[in-house]
Amino acid sequence: MPVRTLKAAALAAALSLGLMAAPGAQAAEGHIEIPDTRFAFDGLFGTFDRAELQRGFQVYKEVCAACHGMRLLSYRNLRDIGLSEDQVAAVAAGYQIQDGPNDDGEMFERPGRASDRFRRPFANDAAARAANNGALPPDLSVITKARVGGADYIHALLVGYEDPPPAGVTVMEGMHYNKYFPGHQIAMAPPINSDGQVQYADGTRATVDQMSRDVSAFLTWAAEPELETRRAMGVRIILFLIILGGLTYAVKRKIWADVH
Amino acid sequence: MASGLHDSSFSNPVVRWIDQRMPVFTMMQKEYGTFPTPRNFNYFWNFGALAMINLMVMIATGIFLAMNYTAHTSLAFDSVERIMRDVNYGWLIRYVHMNGASMFFIVVLVHVWRGMYYGSYKAPRELLWMLGVVIFLLMMATAFMGYVLPWGQMSFWGATVITNLFSAIPLVGDSIVTLLWGGFSVDNPTLNRFFSLHYLLPFVIAGVVFLHVAALHITGSNNPLGIEPKGPQDTLPFHPYYTVKDSVGIIVYFIVFAFLVFFSPNYLGHPDNYIPANPLVTPAHIVPEWYFLPFYAILRAVPNKLGGVLMMFGSIAILFVLPWLDRSPVRSMRFRPIARWLFLLWTVNFFVLMYCGGMPAEEPYVTISRLSTAYYFGYFLVILPLLAKIERPLPLPESIAKAVLRGGGPLPGAAVAKPMEKA
Repeated sequence: MPVRTLKAAALAAALSLGLMAAPGAQAAEGHIEIPDTRFAFDGLFGTFDRAELQRGFQVYKEVCAACHGMRLLSYRNLRDIGLSEDQVAAVAAGYQIQDGPNDDGEMFERPGRASDRFRRPFANDAAARAANNGALPPDLSVITKARVGGADYIHALLVGYEDPPPAGVTVMEGMHYNKYFPGHQIAMAPPINSDGQVQYADGTRATVDQMSRDVSAFLTWAAEPELETRRAMGVRIILFLIILGGLTYAVKRKIWADVH
Repeated sequence: MASGLHDSSFSNPVVRWIDQRMPVFTMMQKEYGTFPTPRNFNYFWNFGALAMINLMVMIATGIFLAMNYTAHTSLAFDSVERIMRDVNYGWLIRYVHMNGASMFFIVVLVHVWRGMYYGSYKAPRELLWMLGVVIFLLMMATAFMGYVLPWGQMSFWGATVITNLFSAIPLVGDSIVTLLWGGFSVDNPTLNRFFSLHYLLPFVIAGVVFLHVAALHITGSNNPLGIEPKGPQDTLPFHPYYTVKDSVGIIVYFIVFAFLVFFSPNYLGHPDNYIPANPLVTPAHIVPEWYFLPFYAILRAVPNKLGGVLMMFGSIAILFVLPWLDRSPVRSMRFRPIARWLFLLWTVNFFVLMYCGGMPAEEPYVTISRLSTAYYFGYFLVILPLLAKIERPLPLPESIAKAVLRGGGPLPGAAVAKPMEKA
């Protein structure tokens, strides 16, 4: 018995080691340690902090949205972060959305509706580059899933600017030094650069760190809006399976009792 | 009984009526009911059933994904995200499918490992084994094409790297690549044909699985002792003994699967695949999915492109001839004192290759990959043929029943201890 158990354990360990090697390998590039930020959604059972998501949306809307689109989100999705129907309608109506063609064959602008996708800041990628010194601000819809480190990385990036850069580092024209950006030279100027840059309605002090965290949380929700449903369902399903597994094992023992 | 009708043993009139005309119930009863199965399976024998379940899960989720997916370079990425956001339980279906691919490889790798450790590939099961290798190859092709469909950065660049491998073939290589691409670069025609083939191949796999099972039911299963059942005392009917034992394994497998899907759905993926494909931006490191890493390491271990490609395909192809490379008459490694340890070393070596495949192509990983590649092939080409001549196996037990039932206790260790006592 012990020999066999040991063998199985060794195999399981080897397999999990092999599996861990894969993401580990990918994270190794660049060797920049991303500091761990504590978020409400951390861990296996974490959930979103609605107030934080709403503050994060405010930061996105007032700061990031000037250059970064979120083309996969619709205004109606904001109901998930606790906005009422009326609030969502009001947010949407604050944007002019191009629609058409109308009966005369003309494109026209109208106030946004809840069903509209987030309005994109630029008409196309070329326009975005032209306005940003040749750099393309990436769409932020799934950004936390698209970067090693996720929300931790976004937060680190937003607070990781150093001006002037460390001694001995020359930063190219139009670039900025950032501790956590791969290669350390980023075209984006520090977007969140002074305390009180946005006015939070709930009275939270809008420090650079606070705003950076809030928007990182908001972007995590945007990338994984199903996170809470998923985890809640997972808990129920795994508990069910454990009970079912126990019963099945008992049945197995009973059936096999007479043939051992 | 009217002439021309099958002599059915079922008493339910409806079942009987059908069974007399088309004896599917008799067949099921024979192949999955009373089918004599060695009584000494350990839990490694769950993995065939698990692979079968996994294939069904993949086909079921895949069909629903295909209803909502758009195979066009400008729409594929967004259509996948629409599944995640707007399709009812689309995130569940997609994460099950995505992690199901990883689970499929875990299950099948253990299944293959079990076959290698207990010598299931040896006569008379050579064809059964070879059909299994065909399934493994088809799985790899299917998984590769499936990974291309979301049209993220790794999809695009993975497709570019892997399809380009065929250009190493002399004379016709470039034409083959053009044919695979449907043009002169990885583009919309590539995506379209990959989608079509990705939908087709699972059904081909299902067909070969049918042959695999058909062949299994001729030879019967191998078992941890690697000796043939000699009579009814050595076997048990498949139902209920192994249906219930497989059920236990299936639930454990579902728990692992559920943990991945619900709590860590992107752990085994690469973040770059959430960046839409961009032919103008190459990712810093192009890394295949984890289950390709050992083979990717072998590819990169060889400095010559054609050589690397041949070695990579050779690493799978060599499995086809494994039954003839290993001429030892003893199947189970339990009775092969030297082969056992060298095979366990081969297993560790496989994980070393997997690790190196995920690392950048620089020292020390290149040298390690080369040594590991040498051992990978050396085990098959040198060690196994040699051991068949020089290894002195431990005495085999007389029968399964004798080895397993001694003392009447359910202690699995007895199966190992017995022959050594005799020695």
